[in-house]
Amino acid sequence: MNIKTFGALAIVALLAACSDSPTTMTETKGAGAGAASAGIVPGSQEDLVANVGDRVFFGFDKSALSADSKSTLDRQSAWLAKYSSNNVQIAGNCDERGTEEYNIALGARRASSARDYLVAKGVAGGRITTISYGKDRPVALGSNEDAWKQNRNAITSVR
Amino acid sequence: MTDSRLILPGASLGRRGFVASGAALLAVPLAPLNAFAQTAAAPPATAVIDVDKARAEPIPIAIPVLGSTGGPADKLARDIAMVITNNLARSGLFRPLDPAQFAGEGPEAGAPNFQNWKAAGVQALVTGKVESQGGDKVRVEFRLWDVLPQAQIQGTAYTTTLSNWRRIAHIISDVIYERLLGEKGYFDTRVVYIAGTGPRDRRIKRLAIMDQDGENNRFLTDGGFLALTPRFHPTRDQIVFMSYARNRPRVYLFDLGTAHQQLLGEFEGMTLSPRFTPDGNGVVMAQTGNGGSDIYVVDLATMRPRRLTDSGGAIDVSPCFSPDGTQIVFNSDRGGDQQLYLMNADGSGAKRISYGAGRYATPVWSPRGDLIAFTRISGENFAIGVMHPDGTGERILSESYYVEGPTFAPNGRVIMFWRETPATDARGRGFSAKLVSIDITGFNERAVQTPTDASDPAWSPLLS
Repeated sequence: MNIKTFGALAIVALLAACSDSPTTMTETKGAGAGAASAGIVPGSQEDLVANVGDRVFFGFDKSALSADSKSTLDRQSAWLAKYSSNNVQIAGNCDERGTEEYNIALGARRASSARDYLVAKGVAGGRITTISYGKDRPVALGSNEDAWKQNRNAITSVR
Repeated sequence: MTDSRLILPGASLGRRGFVASGAALLAVPLAPLNAFAQTAAAPPATAVIDVDKARAEPIPIAIPVLGSTGGPADKLARDIAMVITNNLARSGLFRPLDPAQFAGEGPEAGAPNFQNWKAAGVQALVTGKVESQGGDKVRVEFRLWDVLPQAQIQGTAYTTTLSNWRRIAHIISDVIYERLLGEKGYFDTRVVYIAGTGPRDRRIKRLAIMDQDGENNRFLTDGGFLALTPRFHPTRDQIVFMSYARNRPRVYLFDLGTAHQQLLGEFEGMTLSPRFTPDGNGVVMAQTGNGGSDIYVVDLATMRPRRLTDSGGAIDVSPCFSPDGTQIVFNSDRGGDQQLYLMNADGSGAKRISYGAGRYATPVWSPRGDLIAFTRISGENFAIGVMHPDGTGERILSESYYVEGPTFAPNGRVIMFWRETPATDARGRGFSAKLVSIDITGFNERAVQTPTDASDPAWSPLLS
């Protein structure tokens, strides 16, 4: 066993455990970064995903927005200001470690939390619809904390 | 006199048209066969034994193949005996004699040979006869005997259609349960549930219905939209459930006869977690809004909603009425995390009743009124448990990685719920969702067979 490698791995694991956001998803893409990527139409869903960040993440049984989440939503509100004909849906989701009916309400609360933030930043409320899928539309299919972190989210999509 | 007063002569038992396959079903009493019956200990209105004793020592009972008159009746005579045997064995309260032990006996004709059955250690005996009556009509004679006093406890002849034979077997099972244990059975019932197929990120969830023993499964929706949390109407062929049809998650009524779906009320937010009121005239459910959800009752005659809680952003969800209609138990995080609360039917006087370790969810009131079943989440585990309506006497019945959603059999003696196993890799393999039944004392846990993954079970009332 290479001690050095083991140490490096352990640090990565610790960082992952401390972070609010999953290691496999990033919330911190700079606006405009890669905007010139081939084939991505500005103002499209792909643009939102690649260059703005389409989702924010939550703690277990929580709906409060982290600093990371707020900066993602700041970019979303700027993007929505720029593409003012775009309407969006925000879908709230939960991990599998909660009961079904409560999770549907919790997902709605997460979607509403993201929506309220965008509205406070000047996006017209009429442009945003919300929905909750509870735990029925997970992004990650594993049964571990890394998957659950990814699944506690609010995802914005162009309608 | 015999027990004929216990049966309504000529009573129609086919209340639920769709569920009963549209077949009328007639029951008439049968006079006792043997001389002993006339002198047997009076009308056997009292149970031979009670449920508590039967749990400790299941009643030894023999259910030989019924007699038959040839043709399709022969198969029915075997199949009916088998369904009765399986029902009684699955209850945990009966010990049906292994058919191999009386393989040579042949069907009982006339009065049973009580000495033989006594020697076999049998306490109760079922005999009967199946006759084809032309066309698809069939007559099933059934007699229940108390072996020691050599007395006929019950005798009934049922007339129905061939395709309805399973209901006859379930009705007979209920009669045996009731006459020997002194309370209603739960075999002539259905379970509505959600059938799950496909990977979980694109999971298809369909409404499905089956007999309580897993037979006669059928899918009620095509999977084009997510269907969740179905519950039976107390008397009609109707269920209420949550549907994601047209991407607008709302509570719908579903007519079992016509498959017609009807949106329930006009609500701004999502509506969810519906249950019928005990009288069947309304639906109690939750509506999301303001970052939380509140509880409403919708009058089914006028479709008018009445608001019962104003949570101010807390999640109030999963309401369930007491069987007498005076109280509602529900789930709320108003105190910080999910707990069970009780309030009056008008929404007043809410108070917390769950105080054990962890979070509590999915409360459901026993049809007997004496217990509330729930899901408890504590530490790494989920558990199904029961408590008294005042929150005392909590007992955990089953605990594992994930269990949820208890539903009571109509006699309040058995609970069904679902259990999930965790995924073992990042592709979600290893995940499963299966229905399980368990006695309310926590004994006799059994898998309920379904053709696909299954969740969200809801037990029907007795059909007859």
